[in-house]
Amino acid sequence: MIYRENGQFKTSYRADQQIFPILQDKLVILALVAFAFLAVPFLASEYSFRAILTPFLILSLAALGLNVLVGYCGQISLGTGAFMAIGAYGAYNFFVRVPGMPLIAALLLGGGCATVVGVLFGIPSLRIKGLYLAVATLAAQFFTDWAFLRIKWFTNDSSSGSVSVAGLNVLGMPIETPVQKYLFCLAFVCIFALLAKNLVRGNIGREWMAIRDMDVAAAVIGIRPVYAKLTAFAVSSFIVGVAGGLWAFVHLGSWEPAAFSVDRSFQLLFMVIIGGLGSIAGSFFGAAFIVLLPILLDALPAYFGIPIDTALASHLTFMIFGALIVFFLIVEPHGIARLWATGREKLRLWPFPH
Amino acid sequence: MGFFLETLFGGLMAGMLYSLIALGFVLIYKASGVFNFAQGAMVLFAALAMARFAEWFPKWFGFDNHWLAIGLAFAGAMLVMIAVAYIIERLVLSKLVNQEGITLLMATLGISYFMEGFGQTLFGSDIYKIDIGMPKDPIFVFDKVFEGGVLINKEDLYAALIAAALVVVLSIFFQKTATGRALRAVADDHQAAQSIGIPLNRIWVIVWSVAGFAALVAGMIWGSKLGVQFSLAQVALKALPVVILGGLTSVPGAIIGGLIIGVGEKLSEVYIGPMLGGGIEIWFAYVLALLVLLVRPQGLFGEKIIDRV
Amino acid sequence: MVETTHTAGAEPDSANSGGSASGKVILDVNNISLSFGGVKALTDISFNVREHEIRAIIGPNGAGKSSMLNCINGVYTPQQGSITFRGQTFSHMSSRQVAEMGVARTFQNLALFKGMNVIDNIMSGRNLKMKSNLFLQALRIGPAAREEAQHREFVEHIIDFLEIQAFRKTPVGRLPYGLQKRVDLGRALAMEPSVLLLDEPMAGMNVEEKQDMCRFVLEVNEEFATTIVLIEHDMGVVMDISDRVVVLDYGKKIGDGTPDEVRNNEDVISAYLGTSH
Repeated sequence: MIYRENGQFKTSYRADQQIFPILQDKLVILALVAFAFLAVPFLASEYSFRAILTPFLILSLAALGLNVLVGYCGQISLGTGAFMAIGAYGAYNFFVRVPGMPLIAALLLGGGCATVVGVLFGIPSLRIKGLYLAVATLAAQFFTDWAFLRIKWFTNDSSSGSVSVAGLNVLGMPIETPVQKYLFCLAFVCIFALLAKNLVRGNIGREWMAIRDMDVAAAVIGIRPVYAKLTAFAVSSFIVGVAGGLWAFVHLGSWEPAAFSVDRSFQLLFMVIIGGLGSIAGSFFGAAFIVLLPILLDALPAYFGIPIDTALASHLTFMIFGALIVFFLIVEPHGIARLWATGREKLRLWPFPH
Repeated sequence: MGFFLETLFGGLMAGMLYSLIALGFVLIYKASGVFNFAQGAMVLFAALAMARFAEWFPKWFGFDNHWLAIGLAFAGAMLVMIAVAYIIERLVLSKLVNQEGITLLMATLGISYFMEGFGQTLFGSDIYKIDIGMPKDPIFVFDKVFEGGVLINKEDLYAALIAAALVVVLSIFFQKTATGRALRAVADDHQAAQSIGIPLNRIWVIVWSVAGFAALVAGMIWGSKLGVQFSLAQVALKALPVVILGGLTSVPGAIIGGLIIGVGEKLSEVYIGPMLGGGIEIWFAYVLALLVLLVRPQGLFGEKIIDRV
Repeated sequence: MVETTHTAGAEPDSANSGGSASGKVILDVNNISLSFGGVKALTDISFNVREHEIRAIIGPNGAGKSSMLNCINGVYTPQQGSITFRGQTFSHMSSRQVAEMGVARTFQNLALFKGMNVIDNIMSGRNLKMKSNLFLQALRIGPAAREEAQHREFVEHIIDFLEIQAFRKTPVGRLPYGLQKRVDLGRALAMEPSVLLLDEPMAGMNVEEKQDMCRFVLEVNEEFATTIVLIEHDMGVVMDISDRVVVLDYGKKIGDGTPDEVRNNEDVISAYLGTSH
């Protein structure tokens, strides 16, 4: 009843091509964004900002970047942690070495560094495909791990690769309290999500999906695989690099290479797959799932009043995490985004069965 | 020169151990098209089982003979791995039959998380010893040719021999037995194999069990050398570049890839490492594999992927 | 048998009649040889295609017909021989160059982009005409937004032409086979090609679907003056709508001429019916 499109006729192609052509969708999204900006700062606790909301936002952004590469362009990458690291350390170097460098510029330049390296590591994708490419991307991951540990220049000569930043502000407004950090990240996420959505529904997005679905046919209709794949790597690494900068500067404050290890890469890949490949919204769903799951698993024994020793608790978390991943993949291999889409289809017909 | 040879031998033997783990990957990929990220967790799980059984069986069954304990522990661990193979096939593989590769890959990652947690819950998370009587002392060879001789670690030598024996056993299994033939048929074409009556599900259980066997042998050797601990699961990450260097579908590729990576790592660490600040073995294997793939995208011995339109 | 008929080579006036057998040569295949490892797919094939005509390529299975189209498209590179298009000769072309020169194609096994819907599949055929850069696309302002709307309009004309309006937002994987074939054709048409290579467009269709597809092919040839090269197994279709026919067998050319000439060719008959040795 609520969700019917009756009466919503489009009279121009532009109207039909909007991101949310159905009025109800538009209203819900606007309400959600307004809620996130205006209401949440007053409703959530400091703990939730620090432990749930801000990490969720930043990891959604990283998952978004990864989804562009894996979900839309079909190139598997297991080296996302490396690009986050490059974005983080790149931004760090610009921030620390260039006097008066504004925060946002540093973060974007960090993203730029990640883009350059991303394109470089994208070159193998022109020859190598599938699982071979996936494992080859690990070369980027481990090389970067080593580079930030051993090459002193990157970390301003810190001995263990660990660095820190302080005094973050934008045009004089400090980014220090959890609420300020949350709003800063939220702004980044909203802008990047919009830009990414425009890209994937435009010409380049179709080129990416064509390469993903059948690259020989794509070449025959005039798409250049080189351009499509390298732009996918470039855009993806840029977004992931900025997310890495946010993670380091805003969420962690001080960090070392281990923050961007191969576990982070796997975590992001889980988010993208469970959330839904080839779906902007899916990146958010997946990030929410992966961020909330360990917190829930940790909190459950306490909730039920069962005392478990920490070692056992961590083993159980591993087990339940693994089991849930497998379960989810069996039940809905196309991710939460597909479940969501199916739910909406049903809602459009409700209360009629078909 | 003697030093070079030492490094070379050391590399070859480390390489054999990588090949052992890589074999498990290749076996499963060949027969079920699944890239088993859980292979490392399987190595850890098998090694844990064997280590603890070797401790527990004497206590439970009241005997004292060390070799009997080891033998029974090996057998017990093997049974455990067969059970693992069966459960994975029933609960995971058969439900994900037609999904894309990346979904199966993620599922095996999920399995690996589960097994790491479960193994440590069942068997404990300390460092355990496996004592299979490997000699820990080195021997010196070629001492007539080179002054002082070339140092070879006896344990590594025995490990390499065991690995070689395993490869021979597996090759005979694949070439000469009916089950081996069935496995090769399934690897070539699932549907054709089914159409001549080969039961796909049972084949998968067998393949995962054989991979479990390879994991057990690898775990036993690595565990004897390093002690059985959580980090053993990470050693599988070392085997990945071996697999792709050799080609995902090639057993000889796994062996030769392992040797190349083993030698390359050792040589580069000794000769190139100091120039770059050390610690390059964390990425050398991967970069080497990447460079080879750029020239041969399907690995050294892998099947060429031809797209037909 | 297909109902629509088409008179071949009627008027020399090429302005509005398709199928003129005396137009100038637009595509020339010269001594193409192609082998994969030890297998010779094509041996010394030469034929030409005249502007605005419908040229059929026929032959038993495995004769090398799809391989021939793949050579023209730049998917395969022949070991020997060259292709002349509008007077320019190439021994080796990239798929993109061929597409830019105005050659489009459909595929025997479809090759649609399963992850996208019908509109997006056909829009992907417009990619060569879309010029705005990455940044404009990300912001979706000005030229980028205008382009999207303009090309969407063009694509809608194609959708109207192919009568698939009801399915425009459906993911192509969910469409029945006959409709998928139309989308494949639509994607090729979106490129506004001067030469259209059709690889078994009627395969797997029933009589009605074949009639529809023939109608589309003929209209494309007549109204848009597109030259058509057509691989087809249905002899009725071939004899009815094509102007000239090339016959391949085991990678060699065994016949070339009008449908009537080819129908009476001894070699062609024995290739299809077999001879007693």
